[in-house]
Amino acid sequence: MSQRMKPPMGEDNAWWWDMAAAGELGIQRCKSCQTLRHPPTPMCGQCRSIEWDSIASSGKGVICSYTILTHPQFPGYEYPLIVILVDLEEGTRFTSQLVGCAPEDVDFGLPVEMIIQEDPDGFKLPVFKLQEKH
Amino acid sequence: MPISLHNEAAIVGVGTTPFSKKSGVSELSLAAQSVRAACEDAGIDPGEIDGLVSFTLDSSDEIEVARAVGAADLTFFSKVNYGGGAAVGTIAQAAMAVATGQATTVVCYRALNGRSGQRMGQGVSGNLLTSDIIHWSWYMVYGMLIPGSWVAMIAHKYMHEYGVTREDLGRVALAQRAFAQTNPRAFAYGKPLTMQQYLDSALLAHPLCLYDFCQETDGGCAIVVTSAERARALSRPSAVIRGVAQASTRGQEQMTSFYRDDLKSLPEMELAAQRVYAMSGLGPDDIDAACLYDAFTCEVIMQLESFQFCGRGEARDMVRDGVLEADGRLPNNTHGGLLSEGYIHGMNNIAEGVRLIRGESTGQPKKSVEHVLVSSGVGVPTGALILGAQ
Repeated sequence: MSQRMKPPMGEDNAWWWDMAAAGELGIQRCKSCQTLRHPPTPMCGQCRSIEWDSIASSGKGVICSYTILTHPQFPGYEYPLIVILVDLEEGTRFTSQLVGCAPEDVDFGLPVEMIIQEDPDGFKLPVFKLQEKH
Repeated sequence: MPISLHNEAAIVGVGTTPFSKKSGVSELSLAAQSVRAACEDAGIDPGEIDGLVSFTLDSSDEIEVARAVGAADLTFFSKVNYGGGAAVGTIAQAAMAVATGQATTVVCYRALNGRSGQRMGQGVSGNLLTSDIIHWSWYMVYGMLIPGSWVAMIAHKYMHEYGVTREDLGRVALAQRAFAQTNPRAFAYGKPLTMQQYLDSALLAHPLCLYDFCQETDGGCAIVVTSAERARALSRPSAVIRGVAQASTRGQEQMTSFYRDDLKSLPEMELAAQRVYAMSGLGPDDIDAACLYDAFTCEVIMQLESFQFCGRGEARDMVRDGVLEADGRLPNNTHGGLLSEGYIHGMNNIAEGVRLIRGESTGQPKKSVEHVLVSSGVGVPTGALILGAQ
C-alpha cells in the first residue's frame, strides 16, 4: 500500500510530530521573549535564545491562500488535493491540507478548524476542515 | 576602500549545447560542450580558463569540467546554492574573482539532463537528515512535492489580491511563445500558442496550467567572464557587467516563504533590484529589455513590481498593454525563456541578455538596446544582473 512521504525526525522537528501523534497542533514558543514561531527553528530569530517550549494551537484559523493539485499525482495522496495556508488564531501561519471539502467550495478567508487525520498506516497529522456554520 | 563590481568585468562569450528532451550524453559532456562553445564564441582558448563556477545542484564538479576541457591551473572555483537562484550568483562570483585578481578567465556553467535524467517535476524526497530536508518535509507530508505546488500558493494569493486573471498569465506565456517562433534552439520553435489553447488547458496546480510551467530540458549553457579591460581587446563585442547582486531576505525559505506578513511581493527580488540599481547607477527607466526569470508565468508579472517598472498591483495592466512583447516597453525573454526555449536553470536567460546587448538575438527588438536586466530564480535566494554595451 502506498503511503504519504514521512518527515525525517531530528532534534528540531520530532517534538512537533510527537505532539501531532498526541492529537495536538504544536507551535514553538521562545522561553525568553515568548514569541511564537513556525516552522520550528533551534533559535529565536527575535532574541537569539535557544530556550523554547511549545503551546497547543486552538486549531482555529482562516484560509490565507490555497492551491488545488491534480498533476503530477504521487502515491499516498488523494487528488484533487487541496493544500492551504492557514492563519491560526495564535498569529502563526501553517501549511496543511483541507479535507472533506469539494474543490469548488474552497475560498480565501474561509474559517477552518484542525482535525487529526490518521492514515491507514497509523501516521497522524493535523489537517483542516471548514468550520461548521452556526 | 571596498571594491565595487560596477564595470569591472564583462561577459565575452556564451555557449550552449542543443536543447532537447533526451540528450543521450552525460551531464558532464553537456557541461564540457557548453564551456567549449562559450570559449569559442569569446575567441579564447579553453586552456586559458583559470576559474570555474556552477550550481550546487550541478552534478559536474569544477575539476571534472576542467580536466574535460583542458583548462589551465584553477585559482578560483565555487558553487552557488538554491536552484535557479544561483544563475546570477555565478556571474557575481566570477565578477568578484576577476575584479580581485583571484582569476582572469572564469567560466560559469550549468548542464543538466533535466528531462531524461533527474526531473524537477518528479518531486523532492528525503534520505539525509539536514536542515534543508526538514524544511522540505513540512510540505512533503501534505503533498507539496513539486515547484508548481509551491509557486501556486504565492501566485494564487497575489492574483486574488490584485485581480490578476488566467488571461494575464496567458499573455506572458503567449508573448514568450511568440519569441520562440524565431529561435531555432527553442523547444517551442514551430509550436505557436493561442489564448484559446491556453485557456482550455487543464489546471495542474490551481491557478496554474501546463503553459504556466517552464520546460524540462536536457542541455548546457556556459558564460565566459573576464576583466572589462581585456574584453575590449577581444574581437567579439562583450556585455559589460554594470551591476550584479545576490539577495536573500528575512523569512527566506527555498520556494516556500509562506510565513511572511505580505505574500503579494518578492522581498528577495526587491532587495536584488535595489542593490543592482545602486551599483549600476541605473534605474528602471534605463532598462531597454529584460530576461526576467520565468520558471512560471506569474513570476514575470510579479517581478515587474519588484524591479519598479510599476507600483504594487499595477503589473497586470502593464502586461495587458503588451509591455513584454517585441514592440513593448520591456521586451522580455526574447529567446522564449525557460517557458518556451528551455530550462537551463536561468543560465540561458543570461546568455540571451548578452545576445540582446550584442544585437544578435533572434527576437532582437527594433529599438536600440543599451541595458538589459537579467534576474535569477524566483522565491529562492536569488540575484539580479544589469548588462550594458561596451
